[in-house]
Amino acid sequence: MNVTTPPSEGIGASVRRREDLRFLSGRGQYTDDLNRPGQLHAWILRSPHAHARIGGIDTAAAAAMPGVRAIYTAAHIEAAGLGGVPCGWQVTGKGGKVMAEPMHPVLASGKVRHVGDPVAVVVAETRSQARDAAEAIAVSYTPLPALPTMAAALAPGAALLHDDAPGNVCFDWEIGDAAATDAAFAAAYKVVRFETTNNRLVPNAMEPRAAIGDYDPNSGEHTLYTTSQNPHVIRLLMGAFVLKVPEHRLRVVAPDVGGGFGSKIYHYAEEAIVTWAAAQLKRPVKWTCERSEAFVSDAHGRDHVTRAELALDAEGRFLGLRVETLANMGAYLSTFAPAVPTYLSATLLAGCYTTPAIHGQVKAVFTSTVPVDAYRGAGRPETTYLLERLVDVAAREMGMDRVEIRRKNFIRPDQFPYQTPVALQYDSGDYEATLREALRVARYDSFEQRRAEAKARGRLRGIGISTYLEACGIAPSKLVGQLGARAGLYEVANIRVHPTGSVSVFTGTHSHGQGHETTFAQLVSEQLGVPLSQVEVVHGDTGKIPFGMGTYGSRSLAVGGSAMVKAMDKIIAKGRKIAAHLLEASVEDIEFSNGQFRVAGTDRAKAFAEISMAAYVPHNYPIEEIEPGLEETAFYDPKNFTYPGGCHICEVEIDPETGETEVVNFTACDDVGRVINPMIVEGQIQGGLAQGIGQALIENTVYDSEGQLLSASFADYAMPRAAQIPAFDVSTSTTLCTHNPLGVKGCGEVGAIGSPPAVINAVVDALRDYGVTHVEMPATPQKIWSIIHSKGGAALPAAAE
Amino acid sequence: MYDFAYHKPTSVADAVKLLAEDPDARPISGGMTLLPALKHRLNMPSALIDLSGIAELRGIRREGDALVIGAMVKHFEIATDPQIMAAIPALSRMAATIGDTQVRNRGTIGGSLANNDPAADYPAAALALGATLITDRRQIPADAFFVGMFTTAMEPGELLVGVSFPIPEKAGYAKLRNPASRYSMTGVFVARGPKGVGVGVNGAAACAFRQKEMEAALAANWSPEAVAGIRQPADDLNSDIHGSAEYRANLVTVMAKRAVADAG
Repeated sequence: MNVTTPPSEGIGASVRRREDLRFLSGRGQYTDDLNRPGQLHAWILRSPHAHARIGGIDTAAAAAMPGVRAIYTAAHIEAAGLGGVPCGWQVTGKGGKVMAEPMHPVLASGKVRHVGDPVAVVVAETRSQARDAAEAIAVSYTPLPALPTMAAALAPGAALLHDDAPGNVCFDWEIGDAAATDAAFAAAYKVVRFETTNNRLVPNAMEPRAAIGDYDPNSGEHTLYTTSQNPHVIRLLMGAFVLKVPEHRLRVVAPDVGGGFGSKIYHYAEEAIVTWAAAQLKRPVKWTCERSEAFVSDAHGRDHVTRAELALDAEGRFLGLRVETLANMGAYLSTFAPAVPTYLSATLLAGCYTTPAIHGQVKAVFTSTVPVDAYRGAGRPETTYLLERLVDVAAREMGMDRVEIRRKNFIRPDQFPYQTPVALQYDSGDYEATLREALRVARYDSFEQRRAEAKARGRLRGIGISTYLEACGIAPSKLVGQLGARAGLYEVANIRVHPTGSVSVFTGTHSHGQGHETTFAQLVSEQLGVPLSQVEVVHGDTGKIPFGMGTYGSRSLAVGGSAMVKAMDKIIAKGRKIAAHLLEASVEDIEFSNGQFRVAGTDRAKAFAEISMAAYVPHNYPIEEIEPGLEETAFYDPKNFTYPGGCHICEVEIDPETGETEVVNFTACDDVGRVINPMIVEGQIQGGLAQGIGQALIENTVYDSEGQLLSASFADYAMPRAAQIPAFDVSTSTTLCTHNPLGVKGCGEVGAIGSPPAVINAVVDALRDYGVTHVEMPATPQKIWSIIHSKGGAALPAAAE
Repeated sequence: MYDFAYHKPTSVADAVKLLAEDPDARPISGGMTLLPALKHRLNMPSALIDLSGIAELRGIRREGDALVIGAMVKHFEIATDPQIMAAIPALSRMAATIGDTQVRNRGTIGGSLANNDPAADYPAAALALGATLITDRRQIPADAFFVGMFTTAMEPGELLVGVSFPIPEKAGYAKLRNPASRYSMTGVFVARGPKGVGVGVNGAAACAFRQKEMEAALAANWSPEAVAGIRQPADDLNSDIHGSAEYRANLVTVMAKRAVADAG
């Protein structure tokens, strides 16, 4: 790697985010900021029922209201021959049984299956007129039994949500070696059992979803502006499966996007509705989600119910692990939903430990709730939480120190590459290094003094550790194809060097808060020796960028950045040929560094901009051998997942009178591979930690027995606030990824993955004198007070020692 | 929101006249509750009577041993006004905990009192301090004003113009916020003054109420310990996904202790 550009700009520099000036000064251009000439507005009438049969839809009165241009129901969608909303991943379960994949209609057909299921669309001159008319639509519903929980959906004789999903089961899947695991348990000194529910979360990106459909009757081209993390994926799914429009007639633009966390990966019905309606009406159609609408229409996250058993020998070594998970899919299969509890979750059951035998089973269940899909971490937070709580429970039952039991079971640095019993092969890591550093920064050794001091103030102080591992950089296309993905998961970069040496980078990844415009520019600046100011990063428009798969799973740098390196390697290779011609030297003798093509061992050199100018003004140029121009495209298909890991240590204080938990210290030492921009990495980790603390302490999605969402607004759904977030101690400790050119692993999700068990381990530790062994997430004030109250109240019991 | 007519009178008399002429009209002060309800189409008034142009609804003045605060005085002003901070500092501290900066610069004390949200802060203070609510036509003691959830003793068309707080010797406030909405899950305002000891509770029940057992205990012994052993019956308290009635009952005791400590 060249270390040539000034350290203030290249790899390793904390360059300020170039995109922030427009974001912070209100000049971002989000989908809702866009308005097309002649634009109409759509309002979506949604189901008030969790599960009901639609008898009839009377739109006559609504159609006669002012400004109404069209009203669409399932009948129109079906008459037009549109397809259903597709699922991008097919899981094959036990015995080769393919998952149940019921039709997900664009508009509810015959039945509604969750509160918020779209039933009809009104298109009118104004948004208010569309909403007025939607209120005048009369839908006759015959309510059917609600299935708001997996227990209700799996109960014998439960109503069927979909006729073609018997028992409301989507799939029943397994991984690992059941017989070997049974044998491990048979030889165990001790078996530790643990059950938990990973609480369901509403993503709540700051920017609600929005979509504008546009249609040019002259060219026949459809354009969709949408709040998406992956415009090419939307174009493929919507064009090929729903609207049946070929790619060259469909452009998808995802402009500035205000947060996604996974919820903007998926192709949503509203995108197809506005795109199709615009073509019907020959006018642009805009839809912007209300916040309260987002609660019942954005895919939710998590919602796993898991039972686990860990077999240990007398020294505390892990011998075997058995895990059974029920995974809530919601009412329909969202784009990646089947992959989340299986290939993104159960494949991580080894964690950072040498457990030799593992068997995991996942039963995916349809319920009358909003579809559930990937949310920041996507499956890995669920497994990490399970493992890191289970390890603490095991330490307690074995009478072992929580640090010691982890150390005893860590995969050691000399064991890489390490093949787990659940398919993955880890390439690198040093879990002892991140643990040691986090313990030092967190002043773990002096914790008991702080606990005693807190006790003197009437507060319960606890400390919790999480040593996690996760998988990012999704993923080798061949592998994921074997696992059921219906797409490749490579990434693409097009590097266009302009005549004067400035550079445009076209990437298939998408930035919706990650700071790609800065990080990628730093990477290109470093590799090509071009000043940062001469590099622009272009993303988000299928009319401009080559076919790439977008941003999720912390993949942008590991996969997208690797594609850029490949494309830049081609640029440099071509530049060396041009330089060899101009310098009258052989190509083999041309070195490239510091933005200079140089004849090795001499001071004869051509600057990068001289080479680019020669490429576009090829007067003195080896035109017989190489083409003019300096522009290269590369696709990069990853060789493996990347495996970030690290240690999070949380310290809390609980007010025993109210049950309130305050996070007083939080230390994170993460191995995310090579760091391009330390400030952006720290920001990503801090954001993830805030979400992890939110999940652990306050965030919760609650449905009642009728399938009504009780936590349906910010009045009842608690989000973490700045005052609840401590001043984090965040650091990185690096081992390089061995199989991508930059050695990067990914940092977008580690915060949300590693932190929830650290928080709950701390809460349980704070309550240790009460004999508490587990607190389910979220550990709300009421829940903690109830536990303390049931154990005799706030008067502190004598310490166990 | 649905369409409505908009009026901006400049006197209380004009506002009351507009309200009398149209029973479906609603007065709006800061709009911190009404505007979201309108945006969610939960409310369909024929007209909004904007009170922000009425000068006589503003102002903070000392009247003998009482502080009279105009209905349109904003939370931010109550939190920062030197007269209030000197006379009833606990009221200023309470106002500083309402909502966020934007809410405190829009929301008004009159709007909050007249709305009588069970989780609003001020009703507990009005009860504990023995305040008098002043309307366009009469004066109503706080004890008679807060009737039930979102309900007051005011008649249709009656307009709250101000509130008179007797200045206490001591007062204090403590609350636990709802983790989601940040409204009061349970708050307790305690005061000792010319009208004796008052303990007002918000957030816990359908309507703010006085905890008279605690008042008697504090009258005998003004200290946190005096209320520490008093258990609020949970029978009529609110229960929701954030807090059971039993939890709120516990909070009444805990917040009362802390309010007394806050009062000093």
